Amino acid sequence: MAREKGFTKKNFLKGIIAENPLFVSILGTCPALATTKSLEAAIGMGLLFTFVLICSSVLVSLLRKIISEEIRTPAYIVIIATFVTIVKMFSNAFLPELYSTLGVFISLIVVNCIVLGRAEAYASKNGVFDSFIDALGMGVGYTLAIILMAFFRELLGTGGFTIGAVFPIVKEPLTLQIIPEDYAISMFQMPAGAFIVFGIILAVLAFIKNRKEELKAAQARAEKIRKAEEAKKAAAAAQAKATVEGGNK
Amino acid sequence: MNPLNAFIAFILAIVSSMLIDNVVLSRFYGICPFLGVSKKVKSSLGMGIAVVFVIVMASLICYPLFELLKLAKIEFMDTVAYILVIASLVQLVGLFIKKFSPSLYKSLGIYLPLITTNCAVLGVVQSNTDQGLTFLMSLANAIGTSVGFLIIIVVFSCIRARLETANTPKAFKGLPIALITAALMALALMGLQGLFSGIQL
Repeated sequence: MAREKGFTKKNFLKGIIAENPLFVSILGTCPALATTKSLEAAIGMGLLFTFVLICSSVLVSLLRKIISEEIRTPAYIVIIATFVTIVKMFSNAFLPELYSTLGVFISLIVVNCIVLGRAEAYASKNGVFDSFIDALGMGVGYTLAIILMAFFRELLGTGGFTIGAVFPIVKEPLTLQIIPEDYAISMFQMPAGAFIVFGIILAVLAFIKNRKEELKAAQARAEKIRKAEEAKKAAAAAQAKATVEGGNK
Repeated sequence: MNPLNAFIAFILAIVSSMLIDNVVLSRFYGICPFLGVSKKVKSSLGMGIAVVFVIVMASLICYPLFELLKLAKIEFMDTVAYILVIASLVQLVGLFIKKFSPSLYKSLGIYLPLITTNCAVLGVVQSNTDQGLTFLMSLANAIGTSVGFLIIIVVFSCIRARLETANTPKAFKGLPIALITAALMALALMGLQGLFSGIQL
């Protein structure tokens, strides 16, 4: 298969910006709202999610010629559920704080539409390496998206960031206070805050997109006017030339 | 516990998982269909009823299934087992409705396969067994959660129908304003918190 240069890079980047699973396709919203109370929980969720996505995409891609058309959805679900069980047991054994923070949402990676969607739309039709890159891009894009949401929710809700409560990197959980606690808006830690943050991020993205389209339309209009003027000028020049030539005769 | 108290506890569990701890607005299950299928009142009603059916059936089946897994000492296989039960249940419900009520099947048709990936179903079943609830309480949780989903998705679709014609800023059109609406609904439901705190059983 002939492929253009830079295909792999484009394949990776599309998951982060142009086809971001959370902000553009609006998939996987449940964990994005539920696990973004703190920055650390969001990072943990993103890592577990990316792992499941990559493993299941690669396996689905490897088996794409064996799994028949009729039973593919149940087969994909079993593959995904297997990796979710692995992740669940791993986090229960090695990261118990993360396991108890995320709770049932680790199991719910099974029904995350992004994983099944990538298996169905990409991995079942493409080679192992391309599927791996696609899954990596989507996973990183999703992780960055929920980190962005958790950043605003934790900063506005508690006034700072807590490090070490979920990942055992420091002995005592460390709190980095940026806004004085009295000014923190605890609503952002509650369910309503998750909806508001998600809605406002989507609105900002829509605003940027609208702005870009407007600029493009304005540019196209300016270009059109310029061309029309040039054509007019050329026509006038041609006419003048014709008159001069006519006069000479 | 005498039968009357058990009954009161059952009803309280239903109401609390239906309204106070609402499935969509405070536990974040099933946001995808909540945002995706709530543009029309009729389709959200169909989706809600199908979800009630599947959640109640799934938790009825998965409770004895988990006991079986415990007997076989393979509890860690619970997620795989549940998702298979849910997927086949959705298929079965689809066939059943198709046979007995073609008109209902026609209106529900496209929503049935979507229910498999509705995290409310797996979420309820999984949290029932994770918390070690009794059979009666699992049933109450299933009924309350699914009816709560039905109520919220229908109410939300009515509000969205009105929002279509509202004069919202261009950037907020569509999904962003729907999310802000959901946030306001979540705030309103928070007012119900502590409703039953005075009741002693």
